[in-house]
Parts: sequence; structure tokens; C-alpha cells
Amino acid sequence: MDKLNLGKHISGKFSAELSSVMSKVLAMGGLVEKQLTDALMAIQLDDKELANRVLSNDVNINELELDIDSACTRIIAKRQPTASDLRLVLAILKAISDLERIGDESERIARVALKSFNKEQEHLLVSLENLGQHVLTMLRQVLDAFARMDEDAAFEVHQQDATADRQYEALTRLLMTYMMEDSRSIPKIMDVMWSARSLERIGDRCQNIAEYIIYFVRGKDVRHASPELMKSTVQGR
Amino acid sequence: MSATEQIKPAIKTALTAAGEGKKISDFETKFEVRNLRLKYGKDEALKGISLQIPKNKVTAFIGPSGCGKSTLLRCFNRMNDLVDNCTVEGEVLLDGENVYAPKVDVSELRRRVGMVFQKPNPFPKSIYENVAYGLRLQGVNDRRTLAEVVESSLRGAALWDEVKDRLNDNAFGLSGGQQQRLVIARAIAIEPEVLLLDEPASALDPISTLKIEELIDELKDKYTIAIVTHNMQQAARVSDFTAFLYMGELVEHADTNVLFTTPGSKQTEDYITGRYG
Repeated sequence: MDKLNLGKHISGKFSAELSSVMSKVLAMGGLVEKQLTDALMAIQLDDKELANRVLSNDVNINELELDIDSACTRIIAKRQPTASDLRLVLAILKAISDLERIGDESERIARVALKSFNKEQEHLLVSLENLGQHVLTMLRQVLDAFARMDEDAAFEVHQQDATADRQYEALTRLLMTYMMEDSRSIPKIMDVMWSARSLERIGDRCQNIAEYIIYFVRGKDVRHASPELMKSTVQGR
Repeated sequence: MSATEQIKPAIKTALTAAGEGKKISDFETKFEVRNLRLKYGKDEALKGISLQIPKNKVTAFIGPSGCGKSTLLRCFNRMNDLVDNCTVEGEVLLDGENVYAPKVDVSELRRRVGMVFQKPNPFPKSIYENVAYGLRLQGVNDRRTLAEVVESSLRGAALWDEVKDRLNDNAFGLSGGQQQRLVIARAIAIEPEVLLLDEPASALDPISTLKIEELIDELKDKYTIAIVTHNMQQAARVSDFTAFLYMGELVEHADTNVLFTTPGSKQTEDYITGRYG
């Protein structure tokens, strides 16, 4: 966390407040990562118990979001943060709302794992695996980058979303072929399609978090920027 | 024209504001400081400052105690002349004319460049006479003219409604915040071009402080304003541009929006976020 420079405030209490919020964000990130891992695992192993656990754990993430939200509100009200402190608080506020939504998407995936698929339909679930692993790696890397406020790593994750999008498109085409072949299986295929959609959205949210990291470090808002502009921002040119 | 097209210029402005911010050089210059060095005896308080103060904008000076911000402010109307052992090198140009040139009439300079101090300093006279004082000094004695100027100045300083029924009361009967606005009214009665405010709100309660800040925002349409403040949030709220001084040197001078969100220098960052320098 050396880029955060939290320990150097003249007011030790302010430093303590900021680092406490930051560690809660990291804890929340850890929970979200676990939820996604479990949801994917539940689908892969057809583990209904694990899927149920994912559903019941979502409330912890929601609570952390509220907790961090009010801590940030207190910091803004009492400390009037400026410059990098202000950017940190804003990046945190935005990142936790994305993390919470990733939690929701994981819950949605776990709900699919609770449904019964017959032998012939099981291969549908297998098709989610590649995309699932790719997105999970993105989430891990972006959380890691957030903890270290590493803008290069964030940029790297941002670039990987294109692969997730390609995999999602390929998967959609595949699932549509199945629908055409066997219309009775459409409801089940739609479930898989929604899970794929959830995974694709998680990729987008990781991309958002990567943008907040770059905003914190470089002070430039790179949302909706071209890849070239983003690259030059990250490199500090 | 479609709604999207109508909104486009607004979006463009918003994007520019979010990016690099306003440039000082894009505005007409009221004051230009060139390589200003000031010594109190052997101590160098200002070590070669160069900057521009844009016209009809509010420029705030921030920095730790002893960084030279008040000293710099006092150079704009030569208040440092009153300090013994004070030597000044370099130039301070008001509309292109050096205020330190030998031929300059210092009283006239101080009429053009008014100043308000930290502690309100009304004269031991009535509210009316406090505002009329400057004009009387200039030889204006016509009652109607005086009454008009007193009213417009008190209105300009957002004090008229509070004092209009007791103009002949002693100024010391006013609250601190009202006294400070009275002093501002006194300063604007003689129609200055520039107002220098040296921590104008630091002795005031939060509500009076907000009134002064509101007033500064209204006054900038007519005057160029330079303000020294210890309260960084205040600088952030009232000013268009902010200059950060440290140990007699200018560290950063930029659009206030930029300086308080993405300062260019590490020293500025450390100062405004309250870290050890």
C-alpha cells in the first residue's frame, strides 16, 4: 500500500480512518472473489449445498458495502479530503458498488447451479467454464492491483476484457445453435445464457475497477477513453 | 436543433473543466509579479516570485505560516514600505506599470488597491462615517453623493439590510462579521480596482465566514480579488486560481479545481492533504 501514503498525515486519526476503510474494501473484495469461485465450483461439481451457501453469504457483502459507504461519508463530512485522499475515497465508493454487483451476479450464477440439468444437458454447463475462469482471473488481478494501487496491472486487466467479450460472443452463438437443434431445451439453455451474461458483466465491472485505480494514481478519468489515451495516461505521458 | 446538439457545448465545457482546467494566461492580467525578492533585514521572505493575477478573478494564496503569502499580498499595495529594514527587488506591475517605480503616488495606489485585514478595524465613528471616510479624505462633501455611495457600498458588502436603520450608531456595536463587512464596504466606497483580503474570515464564526465568502463571489464581477487564507477549504470554495507558497517560493499556481483534485507538485499534494512536507 505504499502508493497510498496513508501513514503520513499529520492527523494520525485520519490515517487510521483511511486505512481502516481500505482494509474493509480488501476484505469485501476477498468475499466477492470467494463468492464467484464458489458459484463457478457449484456449477462445475453440481454441488447444490455450495450453491445455497453462496446465496446465503451475499448478505455479508451487502453489509460491508453499507459499512464502507457510511465510513466514506463520515470521512468526507469530517475531514474534507483533497487531492489523492479525495481520489482514494471516490475510487473506493465506486469500486464497492461494482464489487457488490459482482456479488449479485455470482448469486445469479449460483441460482442456476441449483437447477437440475439432465445428462444430455450437462455439457451446456461445461461450456461456461472457460469464460468463468477467465473472468475469475480478471477479478483476482484487479483486486490485487487495487490493494497495491498498481496502475500498470490495472491497465493489463482492462485489456483482458476483450477476451472475455469474445468468449461470451462465441458461447452465445454456440447456445443459439443448441436452441435451434432442440427447442424443448430452450429454458435450460436460457439459464446458461444468463449465467454467461453475468460472467460477461463481471468482466465489465473489473474493467470499471481498473479505471478507478488509474484515476487514483494518475488523477485522470480514463472512463470512455480510447485504449491509446488510456495507455499514455498509465505511462504518465 | 436536437436536444443532444443543444447539450453538446455544455458537455464540452464540462470535459475541459474535468481535464486540464482554466489557464491563467487565457485571462487578462491585472497584476504581474516579476522575479520579486523581498528581505526583512537579512532574512529573505520572498525568493524570486513570478506570477500573474488575472482580472476579475479570485486568486487565493495558501501555504504554511511564514511562507510569505501575506508579505506577497502586502507588496501589491506597498504596505511593506511601512516596515523597517524591508528591501524589495523585482517588479510588481499593475496594468503594466511598476508600482515600485519612484514616481508612483502611494496613496493613489492604495486607493486603487484596497486592503482588508484579519481583524476588523472599523474607525471609532458611526457606521455611516466609516464608509464615508475615504470619500471625505478625497474632498467629497456633498451630502447626497455621500449618502448614495454609503448605501451602494453597504449594499455591495451585503450589510445594508442589517444596518440601514442605525447608520448613526457606533461601528463598534456591530458583530465581528458585520464589522468585517463594514470594512469591506469602506474599502469599496472609494472604488478600488483590486481588493486584497488578508485572512478576512479567520476571526469570524462559520456563518459570518460564509457570508464573507458569498460576498467575495459577488464582488469578483467588479473587482480583482487576491485573498490570503489559512483555511484551505475556504481557498477551494472562493477562488478561481490558487497559488501555493512554501518558504518564500511559489510552488504551484493553477486552476483551483485542478490544484485541489490533482495537484501537479508533490509538495502541494502533501500540504493540502495534511501530510508532512
